[in-house]
Amino acid sequence: MLTAPSSLRHYPDQRGRFGPYGGRYVPETLMYALEQLETAYKEARQDPQFHQEFNRWLQEYVGRPSRLYFAERLTREAGGARIYLKREDLNHTGAHKINNALGQALLTRRMGKQRVIAETGAGMHGVATATVAALFGLRCRVYMGQEDIRRQELNVFRMRAMGAEVFPVGSGSQTLKDATNEALRDWMSSVETTHYIIGSVVGPHPFPMIVRDFQSVIGQETRQQCLEQLGRLPDAIVACVGGGSNAAGMFYPFLDDQQVELIGVEAGGRGPVLGHHAATLNYGSPGVLHGTFSYVLQDEDGQTAPVHSVSAGLDYPGVGPEHSWWHDTGRVRYCSVTDQDALAAFHLCARLEGILPALETAHAVAEALRLAARMSSQQVVVICFSGRGDKDCAEVARLGQNPPSSS
Amino acid sequence: MLFSRLRMSRRAAFIPFLTAGDPDLQFTAAALPILGQAGADLIEVGFPFSDPIADGPVIQASYTRALQGQLRLNHIWEMLRSLTTTPQWQTPLVGMVSYSLIYRKGLQRFVVAARQAGIHGLIVPDLPVEEAEELAQVCRDYECKMILLVTPTTPLQRAERIVRICSGFVYVVSVVGITGSRDHLPPTLRPLLHRLRSLTDLPLCVGFGVSKPEHVEELAEVADGIIVGSALVQLLENARQDPAGTLAALGTFVRRLCQPLHQQSKPAP
Repeated sequence: MLTAPSSLRHYPDQRGRFGPYGGRYVPETLMYALEQLETAYKEARQDPQFHQEFNRWLQEYVGRPSRLYFAERLTREAGGARIYLKREDLNHTGAHKINNALGQALLTRRMGKQRVIAETGAGMHGVATATVAALFGLRCRVYMGQEDIRRQELNVFRMRAMGAEVFPVGSGSQTLKDATNEALRDWMSSVETTHYIIGSVVGPHPFPMIVRDFQSVIGQETRQQCLEQLGRLPDAIVACVGGGSNAAGMFYPFLDDQQVELIGVEAGGRGPVLGHHAATLNYGSPGVLHGTFSYVLQDEDGQTAPVHSVSAGLDYPGVGPEHSWWHDTGRVRYCSVTDQDALAAFHLCARLEGILPALETAHAVAEALRLAARMSSQQVVVICFSGRGDKDCAEVARLGQNPPSSS
Repeated sequence: MLFSRLRMSRRAAFIPFLTAGDPDLQFTAAALPILGQAGADLIEVGFPFSDPIADGPVIQASYTRALQGQLRLNHIWEMLRSLTTTPQWQTPLVGMVSYSLIYRKGLQRFVVAARQAGIHGLIVPDLPVEEAEELAQVCRDYECKMILLVTPTTPLQRAERIVRICSGFVYVVSVVGITGSRDHLPPTLRPLLHRLRSLTDLPLCVGFGVSKPEHVEELAEVADGIIVGSALVQLLENARQDPAGTLAALGTFVRRLCQPLHQQSKPAP
């Protein structure tokens, strides 16, 4: 384990590094755009008016603050610590993705650009981007793998209904990573007029920082709500990690609260063999993908490995560079949950709480139940409830995972 | 060496690009000598990568075809080594490689393997100058050229920094965007080359979008080298079905593109 510096909140450094991770591994054509974006963002970050406007839209349009809800029946089921859900699924569009999309759309307007592009896997970030593009009258194209278009019909319809162009990506594995490649390529030819609203804390600097900052509203609210509702901070916080945006936004405001255990949950898929999971921090090693240096899943030649998860949103062969740093410093513990356990948690949460979690979120629920069972009833576990599960119902039904018979 | 010889005869270098292993390495081993005989002064060998963000659809499709054949890095080295160690082999090679591949192997291991395979330099399109120092040092240690890219969006001060770390030649990207064929060369190219000329004595080679003899003719007057990629790789699409026909087509295409250069060639004054 490396020695943690005085505060992990001070990263990234001037070079866009979180410890050794992050940086910029992009074609020269993009360097100018990234520098321009970094400058624009630094100015916006220091402008109180920008924050005011962001907060106003978060309240009036997204419906923030989202609730911190005591899940009484899940708590009883686990038989240990009290379980609270930070209800990002109640945001407009049904997931945490809207926080970042909104912030970046405001940044787009500030830079005087008229067009946005995005990549999407499960479609939630695509929907969030299409939503803010409609709201601010921006032209919008969303890159989506053909395989994902097939799996996420409903989200494709939602994006098109809001006026976005959904551009099918047929190259490579036809999933999120290929959509990301294609969006980066578009941006290389269109940087003068277009902003790339990246959906997670991945990609070249300054994207991981920007997305984390816009998502940090999750952790800030949670911290305040814990103090108000419980009179203290929680003992543990659990969030799922694909690229890692909901986890980064939830964890960041708690980094200095050493008494709060932070747990990131990766997609364990069908098991630990390369190709059967998407648990990058559990099984991967440092490498370069999509413009950043971070843990990746690659073969011995450096080719990106195939990944698998029942949840399209966690199905990514990399992870945000800041998570790699938190992993190495030991501040956050990263574990994995299998497809099967996530599906079981999906059904359990539906039956006990009347809340359908997204399959991504179900990974966090599964780990939180295990964790809470080992803790005392005086303790508190918060789950970052990143999204609602409606989008996954067809896939869950297709897998033949019927709800367990009533007990 | 190559460029000083060409400068003496006041001729620009012709640099075709070919993906290693598309559709298989046997084909590449046959194609490389054909490119040399058809007039290539230097050949750029593309190392297939699963996620090439700097390349356009034509080269990505080519990489995908190569990787579908279970291509391994070791097999590329072996093929190149057996080719470049034959006494007839004369055309220098440079590799176009994503930093993802270099980092995974280890910088030193990769550069040593490349040198042993007869590669003289590396172009790493996703390694900007800020991150390039470590690899540049390893390249210096093993006398491997490191070729960096300059684009129309590169500010002058940055270009200065880039050409300082660069060796062999400077890869000048003619347009904003990804690799691929285009109808016209952009009007901004000439001023860009003039600016760069004031910064460095290194040869300036132009790529991204060169696909026609007219492009070559136009560039021959202002550039030290002309790189042709996508237009050539496009010919590989049917290589699996018709290897002999494709090899012949590659030779014909390169000869046709080179023609303006050989007309340009004049004895030194």
